[in-house]
Amino acid sequence: MDLKEKLISSFWAFENHQDEDSYLHKIRTEAIKSFEDKGFPSKKEEAWKYTSLNSILKNDYSVFPKQENAIEYNDVKKYFIHDIDTYKIVFIDGKYSSHLSQTTHDGMDICLMSSALTKPKYRILIENYFNKIAQNDSLTSLNTAFSSEGAYIHIPKNKMVAKPIQIIHLSTGNESAIMLQPRNLIVVDENSHLQIIERHQSLTDNPVLTNSVTEIFVNKRAIVDYYKIQNDNTNASLIDNSYINQKQGSICSVHTFAFGGKLTRNNLNFYQQGERINSTLKGITIIGDKQHVDHNTLVHHTEPNCESHQDYKGVYGENSTGVFNGQILVDKKAQKTNAFQSNKNILISDKATINTKPQLEIFADDVKCSHGCTIGQLDESALFYLRSRGIPEKEAKALLMYAFSNNVLNSVQIPEIKNRINKIIANKLGVDIGFDL
Amino acid sequence: MLKIKNLHASVADKSILRGINLEIKPGEVHAIMGPNGSGKSTLASVIAGKEDYEVTDGEIFFEGEDINEFAPEERAHKGVFLSFQYPVEIPGVSVTNFMKTAINETRKAKGLEDMPAKDMLKLIREKAELLEIDRKFLSRSLNEGFSGGEKKRNEIFQMAMLEPKLAILDETDSGLDIDALRIVANGVNKLKNKDNAVLLITHYQRLLDYIVPDYVHVLYKGKIVKSGTKELAHELEAKGYDWIKEEVNI
Repeated sequence: MDLKEKLISSFWAFENHQDEDSYLHKIRTEAIKSFEDKGFPSKKEEAWKYTSLNSILKNDYSVFPKQENAIEYNDVKKYFIHDIDTYKIVFIDGKYSSHLSQTTHDGMDICLMSSALTKPKYRILIENYFNKIAQNDSLTSLNTAFSSEGAYIHIPKNKMVAKPIQIIHLSTGNESAIMLQPRNLIVVDENSHLQIIERHQSLTDNPVLTNSVTEIFVNKRAIVDYYKIQNDNTNASLIDNSYINQKQGSICSVHTFAFGGKLTRNNLNFYQQGERINSTLKGITIIGDKQHVDHNTLVHHTEPNCESHQDYKGVYGENSTGVFNGQILVDKKAQKTNAFQSNKNILISDKATINTKPQLEIFADDVKCSHGCTIGQLDESALFYLRSRGIPEKEAKALLMYAFSNNVLNSVQIPEIKNRINKIIANKLGVDIGFDL
Repeated sequence: MLKIKNLHASVADKSILRGINLEIKPGEVHAIMGPNGSGKSTLASVIAGKEDYEVTDGEIFFEGEDINEFAPEERAHKGVFLSFQYPVEIPGVSVTNFMKTAINETRKAKGLEDMPAKDMLKLIREKAELLEIDRKFLSRSLNEGFSGGEKKRNEIFQMAMLEPKLAILDETDSGLDIDALRIVANGVNKLKNKDNAVLLITHYQRLLDYIVPDYVHVLYKGKIVKSGTKELAHELEAKGYDWIKEEVNI
């Protein structure tokens, strides 16, 4: 039985235990039909031309993990941003770990999707927001069909959430191969401010496939900063489908730090619905080996006077492959749009590949849109400059790659994240950054 | 210290240096002057080991060792320093981290441990003071957004940090106002001692009023066509290069 058949039959086994009249039952059954029709995406589809899922779909994944697993915080502390106080929503093999988490219902809800989907007090919010912006492509549909657990966050209006929230998914390797489908819903009401850190981490070399869907609603004048740390083991793959809906005057930034995993696909979609909206999409990719990272972005401008900024940098070594596919849509009504996109890449091996494709569709006539992509090697004059000061070639190259990528960090709002990412970059590239004045 | 014999070098098959002979002893200051395109900067880059240039003939000895096959970093470890005419901007690497890396890599090449952070900071402060460099400047990205004068001052700061045996200053005076020139020259003079040497490359005699050379050489069409003392520089300033060109062309 292939993975598609297994998922569909598992779905019906699971869903038949559910209340057939429920609002969610309808959404889930429609979603599984959508997945059944479409199947897993193949390279024949334009959006998947450079990313093949074949190699990761052949594992015999457990779809519903059997046992609950306990982990001591000290054993996994290094995967957390632990030098600041944060809320934590932690999952082990897809199941909530109350032991490692720190949630709240005090004036806001930072808790679990499983509660939100089943408890009556969340019903109105779920009906208003759940699955409203997630699309019905095959992988999102698959996640929707299986949606039962993940992070549920609702911040009421005029609230500055003092601590960032960490959403951490750990997999223990107790199953020989596991498929996880977390589903997150984040609603930030008017004038509120929220910071989120998300990380997926496998603790062994057993294969993990995560197909995650996150819907984020950034209401009027709200501010959301989202940081995705992707630095997983070489047998862990991640398909991250994020959908962000922004209302008038809101600001949202998503930083994606893609440093590892077998295959990583980021489908990051911004839908602007209102004026004076600011969207920022930034990414650093540093990979080697046979790793593959694909950034597939969409920014849809629908109203006048909005901005979007995209800045993605990549360093590709060994046999790694990268994809950047950045789509900007500007509707006829969206005059005075400022949309920028930049994708710069360095290939440090003859066998590394990057496919970069900007896609701008502009129907308004009074806009500023720019895009640029570069693929290159390191600057020779800079290399000579460093070497003339006694820095050997290898170290000089590493230092230049470090410099090339780390200026994406300027817009990171949490210093501890900036430090952590700086350290990961330095470590990846073999640079000793030591101390700063 | 430095002995160059019959040096020929070319870039992309274009011959630029055509038989340079030069000897610099410890404690000496040499100046190389000459019109545009005579090969002054090429000579500086070839000594420092820039790989774009191909040495087609001749030899470069540094402290008795033929350094022609040495990588730029190996020459730096031996004590060769080049102050760049156009220092490269490197966003994302602070001046401090750059210097720390340069010093520790040089120490590593000599089999020494990393310099303790405390000593490093002390050294940085001391040398920054010598070049009248503000502390804030040190945490900025290397050369990024620096004015012409700041870049040159930063080059001499690096020289002060690395304490080379031979410092080659390529057009260090260009783009400097008179105050910056005084600070830079003062820094070089304070670092000068009987065991190290300086090779100044310049268009103008102005710098030589501040850093007084023992010898002045005129480079023209890839050759040293005239050598003398600092009086030669004055003569060049007064009369220009035409009389030398005429002498050579005869």
